[in-house]
Amino acid sequence: MKAILTVHNLASELVTTIWTPVFVAIFLAIIAYAFWPRNKAVFDQAAHLPLREE
Amino acid sequence: MSQPSISKSMTSGESGLAVVFAVTAFLCVIASAKALDAPFAFHAALSAAASLAAVFVIVNRYLDRPAALPPAEINGRPNYNMGPIKFSSFMAMFWGIAGFLVGLLIASQLAWPALNFDLPWTSFGRLRPLHTSAVIFAFGGNVLIATSFYVVQKSCRARLAGDLAPWFVVVGYNFFILIAGTGYLLGVTQSKEYAEPEWYADLWLTIVWVVYLLVFLATVIKRKEPHIFVANWFYLAFIVTIAVLHLGNNPALPVSVFGSKSYVAWGGIQDAMFQWWYGHNAVGFFLTAGFLAIMYYFIPKRAERPIYSYRLSIIHFWALIFLYIWAGPHHLHYTALPDWTQTLGMTFSIMLWMPSWGGMINGLMTLSGAWDKLRTDPVLRMLVVSVAFYGMSTFEGPMMSIKVVNSLSHYTDWTIGHVHSGALGWVGFVSFGALYCLVPWAWNRKELYSLKLVNWHFWVATLGIVLYISAMWVSGILQGLMWRAYTSLGFLEYSFIETVEAMHPFYIIRAAGGGLFLIGALIMAYNLWMTVRVGEQEAQMPVALQPAE
Repeated sequence: MKAILTVHNLASELVTTIWTPVFVAIFLAIIAYAFWPRNKAVFDQAAHLPLREE
Repeated sequence: MSQPSISKSMTSGESGLAVVFAVTAFLCVIASAKALDAPFAFHAALSAAASLAAVFVIVNRYLDRPAALPPAEINGRPNYNMGPIKFSSFMAMFWGIAGFLVGLLIASQLAWPALNFDLPWTSFGRLRPLHTSAVIFAFGGNVLIATSFYVVQKSCRARLAGDLAPWFVVVGYNFFILIAGTGYLLGVTQSKEYAEPEWYADLWLTIVWVVYLLVFLATVIKRKEPHIFVANWFYLAFIVTIAVLHLGNNPALPVSVFGSKSYVAWGGIQDAMFQWWYGHNAVGFFLTAGFLAIMYYFIPKRAERPIYSYRLSIIHFWALIFLYIWAGPHHLHYTALPDWTQTLGMTFSIMLWMPSWGGMINGLMTLSGAWDKLRTDPVLRMLVVSVAFYGMSTFEGPMMSIKVVNSLSHYTDWTIGHVHSGALGWVGFVSFGALYCLVPWAWNRKELYSLKLVNWHFWVATLGIVLYISAMWVSGILQGLMWRAYTSLGFLEYSFIETVEAMHPFYIIRAAGGGLFLIGALIMAYNLWMTVRVGEQEAQMPVALQPAE
C-alpha cells in the first residue's frame, strides 16, 4: 500500500510540476499552427465553408 | 423506386434495440412493483411504458420502411437526415415556452408569495430547478442537438451516422428531461445546482450522451470535406466536456436500487468544488462552447459572409478550452475553499476576457460588408445582438469573479441579472436566430412565414431583457449594500426582511420583463408553426450559394 502511495505521489508530483509548461507549449504550438503562412489557404477556404455547401 | 425487392430483414440495431427495450420494460415493471417511494414507482412505471412504446415504434418503423435503408447519397449529393433535427427543433420550442412560463411563475412568486399556493408541488424550491433545467437543458439542449446534427452533416457533406442512433439520442434525451422535470415536482433531487436529477436519471443520460458522442464522431469521421469546420470543434468540445463533467459531479450511491434517494461520493469542500467545477463548466461548455458553434455557422450563413478570421476562431477555441476549466472556484469565494484555489479561479476567470472578446469580435466582424442587412433582416439582427450580449455578460462575469466585487455581488440579485443577460440575451437570442434559420431549412421551406413577426419578437424580447437585467442590477446592488450597512455603533443597519421588502418593486419589474420574453417566444412559436404549415416548398434542387468575395 505504501509503495503504491509513493508511486502515486511521484506521478502526481511530476504531473503537477510539468503541466503548466506542457500546456503553455501546446498552446504556443497551436498559435504557430494558426499563423503558419502555409496554412492560410486552407483557413481562407474553411472560412467560406458555410457558404459553399450543397 | 423500381428496384427489384431485396429480401427485407431487421438490422442488428433494430432487433438489438427492440430486445434491449423489451428487457428494460420488464425490469422497470419489477422496479415499479418493488419501489420504496412513490416517485420512484412512478418513474419506473413511466420508463416501462416508454420502453414498451419504443419496442412498438421500432417494430412498426421496420414494417413500414422499404427493404433498403436510406442511402447516404442520392445522385452524388449527400442525403441529409432531417427527421431527428425536426423533432429536436419542435421539442426546443415546446420546452422553451414551458421553461419561460415556469420562470414567469416563480418570478411572480417572489413578488407575490401567495402564488406558491401552499402546495408542495408548486413551491418555489421545486419549481426553480424545473425552470433552470427546462430552459438550459431542455430548451438549450434540444437547440444544441438539433443544430449540431444539422451543422455536422452540412459542413462534413455526409449523412448523419446511424439509422436508429440519432433517434435514440433525440428521444432519449427528451425522456431524460421528462424524468428530471417530473422528479423535481415530486421532490426528487440530489440538491446539486444544475445537476439535480437523481442517480437513475443520471445513468440514463450517460447512455444517451455516449450515443450522441458516437453519432457525432462517426459523422465527422466519414466526412467528404477534408477540413473539420470550426463549429464542429466547438460542438465536440461541448459533447466531450459535458460527459466528463456529468461523470465527475454525479458519482453517487443509491440507498436502494428500488428507491430514488442516493448519496454523493464526494464530501465537504471537495463536493462543493466538484459541484462548481461542474456548474461553471456547464456554463462554459454547454451555454458557451455549444452556442459559439451556432455562432460560427449560422452568422456567416445568414449574413452570406465568410468568417471574419478563421485563425482567430482557432485561437478562440483553444484559449477557451485551456482557460475555462479552471474558473469554477469563483463560485466559492470566502468559503471553506482554500484561499489559493479561490484566487486561482478568479485569475482564470479574468483571463477568460481574452478568448471571450476575441470570439465576440470574430462574430461581429463577420458582418463586414453586410452591416446593412441588420436593417432588413431581423433574424440576423437577433443573432448579432446575441453576440453583443455575449460580450457584455462575459465582461461582467470576470468582473464579478474579482473577490472584492464578489463580496458585494455574491448571493444577491446581481448574480441573477448577470446570468439572465447571458441566458436571455446570448443563449436565448442565438437559439431563436438559429431556429428561425433551421426550421425553413429542415422542413424545406423557401422562407419564414413572416419576418414582420420576427421583428416583433425581437423588440418585445429585447425590451423584456432590458427590464429584467436592469431591475436585477439595481436590486442586487441595493441588496448587497443594505446587507453590509453598519450603524455608527457597529450594528447591522437593516434586518434581512427589510432588504426583502426593498426588493419588491424590482421583482415586479423583473416578472414583467420575463413576461415580455415569454410573449416573444409565443410569437415565434406561431411564426414557426405557420412556416411549416403554409410555407412555400423550396425547389427540390436548390441553387448552390455563390461564395461572396
